[in-house]
Amino acid sequence: MVKLLTGNELTRGDVLWWNGDGWGKLISDAVAVDAEGPAIIEREAGHERVNDLTLIDAEKMESGWRPVKTRERIRAYGPTVRADLAIPGQDWR
Amino acid sequence: MYLYDEIDQAIVDARVDEFRDQVARRLSGELDEDHFKPLRLKNGLYLQLHAYMLRVAIPYGTLNSRKMRKLADIARRYDRGYAHFTTRQNVQYNWIRLEEAPDLLAELATVEMHAIQTSGNCIRNISSDQYAGAAADEVDDPRPWAELLRQWSSFHPEFSYLPRKFKIAVVASEADRAAVQLHDIGLQMVRNDAGELGFRVFVGGGMGRTPMIAPVIREFVAAEEYLSYCEAVLRVYNRYGRRDNIYKARIKILVSELGAAEFARQAEAEFAHVKTLGIDAPTAEVERIRSFFEPPPFEAGLSDEVELLDAAFARWVARQTFAHKAPGYRIVNISLKAVGEIPGDASAEQMELVASLAERLSFDEIRVTHAQNLVLPHVRAQDLREVWEALKGAGLASANLDLASDVIACPGLDYCTLANARSIPVAQRISELLAPREADLGELKIKISGCINGCGHHHAGHIGVLGVDRKGVENYQLLLGGSGAEDASLAQILGPGFDEDGIVAAVGKVTDAYVARRQGGERFLDTYRRVGAQPFKDAVYG
Repeated sequence: MVKLLTGNELTRGDVLWWNGDGWGKLISDAVAVDAEGPAIIEREAGHERVNDLTLIDAEKMESGWRPVKTRERIRAYGPTVRADLAIPGQDWR
Repeated sequence: MYLYDEIDQAIVDARVDEFRDQVARRLSGELDEDHFKPLRLKNGLYLQLHAYMLRVAIPYGTLNSRKMRKLADIARRYDRGYAHFTTRQNVQYNWIRLEEAPDLLAELATVEMHAIQTSGNCIRNISSDQYAGAAADEVDDPRPWAELLRQWSSFHPEFSYLPRKFKIAVVASEADRAAVQLHDIGLQMVRNDAGELGFRVFVGGGMGRTPMIAPVIREFVAAEEYLSYCEAVLRVYNRYGRRDNIYKARIKILVSELGAAEFARQAEAEFAHVKTLGIDAPTAEVERIRSFFEPPPFEAGLSDEVELLDAAFARWVARQTFAHKAPGYRIVNISLKAVGEIPGDASAEQMELVASLAERLSFDEIRVTHAQNLVLPHVRAQDLREVWEALKGAGLASANLDLASDVIACPGLDYCTLANARSIPVAQRISELLAPREADLGELKIKISGCINGCGHHHAGHIGVLGVDRKGVENYQLLLGGSGAEDASLAQILGPGFDEDGIVAAVGKVTDAYVARRQGGERFLDTYRRVGAQPFKDAVYG
């Protein structure tokens, strides 16, 4: 299990993932931050461009990162009831 | 429909300008999120799981074609082509961009709409009977009184920072189509023995974490004094409502802890003072407001007869239309619950179709219901076929009002940051399971919430489903026996929870147990109240 850092972009509210030196839109962009997480949050919070900065638990699967909690999988992949609005090819289950 | 005067328009326009400035300062970095968040929430803009969500107020659920077309236009231009009608007669957009929100609100203001007081600890949108002004059973049209409440409560300086949010509903008939007993204040218009108009006042109802049915705090307050009485109730709450614990901050807790009689005594004492302050609207103002709600020019001499040419149309007429006070007219309920679809969602195209039908065939009136459906309140019986044909072509002709597939569901974990579990997929699966036999099951109100806050009204469901979090996994509790109608009751948890497959199967077993035990013309709720929970426990857990 690892920690990923996520938040919502200020202007559009899009879900973002910390990719090591910035923010990406896909969970596949994410890097494990683990113990560095709180320091990154403190630094990024000061920039005020990403809201609701949160560390979540995830597992490394063959297909990529898989958040442990259902809530975070849905947040990562999009609504389960509107495939047209979700990220293609991701299984939230 | 009420039309803004220059004061209404000026304050809404001023709020748009103010928010535009606040957004600009947030985007420039002048404001940080801690300071900006309360400002955006005061304008109905929430940050949800995937994006910003904007909640737009629809005062007492009343729209016209111009407003509905604007809502559709906004769905197309600022969102992703659809909108979600909520259980408080509001509408929500799920994919709003902060940078575009001021322009969106400016567009809304051009049709006398806004998102003010759709969040925060203030008096929220006033809700009412979706059949207001059309139903034969009302003692008066509740809309003018709801409009006066709207004006009184908008930007009320004393009630902008209440202990917690505050919801008021108004009805004017014995039939309760707005769940007044489950509101902070529920107002039911009645006539006293002298034939005078007034209100029976319920205070302290609500769903959520601590569901309660509101007691009657005053059997009759004269219509001329109801604003003062509401002011008095709010003052007592504002003074003594708990601010130390968010879970105990609603007025229902205060009423419960004081007892209804003591709360009434305190409200009465305050009322005696408030009455002297001149808060109540003068008769001329009441009449001015009332003039906006004059009945439309119904044609005389129309027949109530409808040519029921085929079974599907006959089913729709029987299920979706309701008696109108004017001969030759019907109230038409438009289902936003096609089997397997998302409860309350409507595409921009569907909204535009409803606007067009309202404009041509319902005196330009549309209502939104707390059950997440729409209503055309004044349709000639002879036009029903045309309405049905048009709705059928748009996937809006389901004949399922108050049946098993007419499920109420909050957005749940698919959108909402507060939710613990998804509501919509459970609603879809239950509707698919039960739709084939829903005509036989009869009236069956199923209501699903994705968290304890209860936006899906699970405690008022004949069958309620509550989604909870079990160590990061969705789990669903099953509740039975609730009602939000005049026979209000709170649904009770039947037993241990289920996963998604399990809750759908359990609801199926509950309906089987009902069919096996019903007598005569009993509804599900009647049977449950007669036999109690045990037979249903046996069926589900046995």
